[in-house]
Amino acid sequence: MSHDHDHDNELDPFAARVRALETILTQKGLIDPAAIDVIVDTYETKVGPRNGARVVARAWSDPAYADWLKRDATAAIASLGYTGRQGEHMQAVFNTEETHNLVVCTLCSCYPWSVLGLPPVWYKAPPYRSRAVIDPRGVLEEFGLTLPKDKKIRVWDSTTELRYLVVPMRPKGTEGWSEEQLADLVSRDAMIGTALAKQPE
Amino acid sequence: MNGPQDLGGQMGFGPVAPEMDEPYFHAEWEKRALGVTLTAGAMGAWNIDESRHARESLHPADYYASSYYQIWIKALEVLLQRHGFITQSDLAAGKAVDPAATPKRVLKAADVPAVLAKGGPCDRPVATPASFQAGDRVRTKNFNPTGHTRLPRYARGKNGTIEAVRDGFVFPDSNAHGKGENPQWVYTVVFDGGEIWGEGADPTLVVSIDAWESYLEPA
Repeated sequence: MSHDHDHDNELDPFAARVRALETILTQKGLIDPAAIDVIVDTYETKVGPRNGARVVARAWSDPAYADWLKRDATAAIASLGYTGRQGEHMQAVFNTEETHNLVVCTLCSCYPWSVLGLPPVWYKAPPYRSRAVIDPRGVLEEFGLTLPKDKKIRVWDSTTELRYLVVPMRPKGTEGWSEEQLADLVSRDAMIGTALAKQPE
Repeated sequence: MNGPQDLGGQMGFGPVAPEMDEPYFHAEWEKRALGVTLTAGAMGAWNIDESRHARESLHPADYYASSYYQIWIKALEVLLQRHGFITQSDLAAGKAVDPAATPKRVLKAADVPAVLAKGGPCDRPVATPASFQAGDRVRTKNFNPTGHTRLPRYARGKNGTIEAVRDGFVFPDSNAHGKGENPQWVYTVVFDGGEIWGEGADPTLVVSIDAWESYLEPA
């Protein structure tokens, strides 16, 4: 018995179900398994939250770029080379001293893939999708983020094909930093709104 | 439809439990599930609205017991059967048994980067001018359609304010059912937390949705 066969027998039922579906579609000539490999590689190694962090770092560094990002996020983001699937229609929303922004998709799992990559499990799961719109402070505390009581919270429910990128506030003490250094302070969660930008060490 | 997907304001699902340093995939099969879903979608037999509707049409008990990639695969099996690409006999055998419909195209590996980089823009020109302007007071419709809609239950029959006029976009309520793109203006509509959640609502909360024009009427 080959190793492959042994391994097949160990597949859990859902893994077997996915493999069967891929097999059927491949045998019928409807899909190209090599195309799946390229898709997976793209979202494992090429498209991820580093893209969004560069957008934020540019906006922090260049007021004209920040203004463009506010007016036409799709074009401003495309100018850095980030385009495509689930980023076709972008909006950038800026945190301020008064207001903290938080993004959710209560109806499915809409997420700006072109700048953040594939969404984390929690973003797609019922606890976050159900509570972000009714109890955002409680949700944020589960991420270790306690906002001041008087801070306004704006929750953006992504109900159409517009996709939202939160631009966190630039941390103090980063004057003169390069965009590359600044991008290191910008986490995926900060661009969803479940975190702030990291403080410089 | 008032399905399991419409989660805003539902209770009882427990804490969010974010995972530190979460990997993109938690199992090899999740990678294949992503790829099979995207390559099958690239055949061009259905649109994103039909696929969303297939997902939300899973039985609620099944939907809530499934991870998101499981939801994708279960819905994909429905779509592939609906459009004549696979049959129950294929699935039961775990291999191709029956003939398949002819797809519009088959996504080849070499074309993947360009296809992903292009995406699927769904903005469309609308023949009529936008009925609302920023600052207008509006009320969302109170309806309960049995088909696909993108107006969440928590935001139905609520008074809000137009914050921005966006663009014309394909209307999912018809597009999901093969009834055409029927593009409409989309608006960002803001609601005070108290308007949506009533007594006990967080006074610092403002929630916005993006809404197609036919979801709205003047307040």
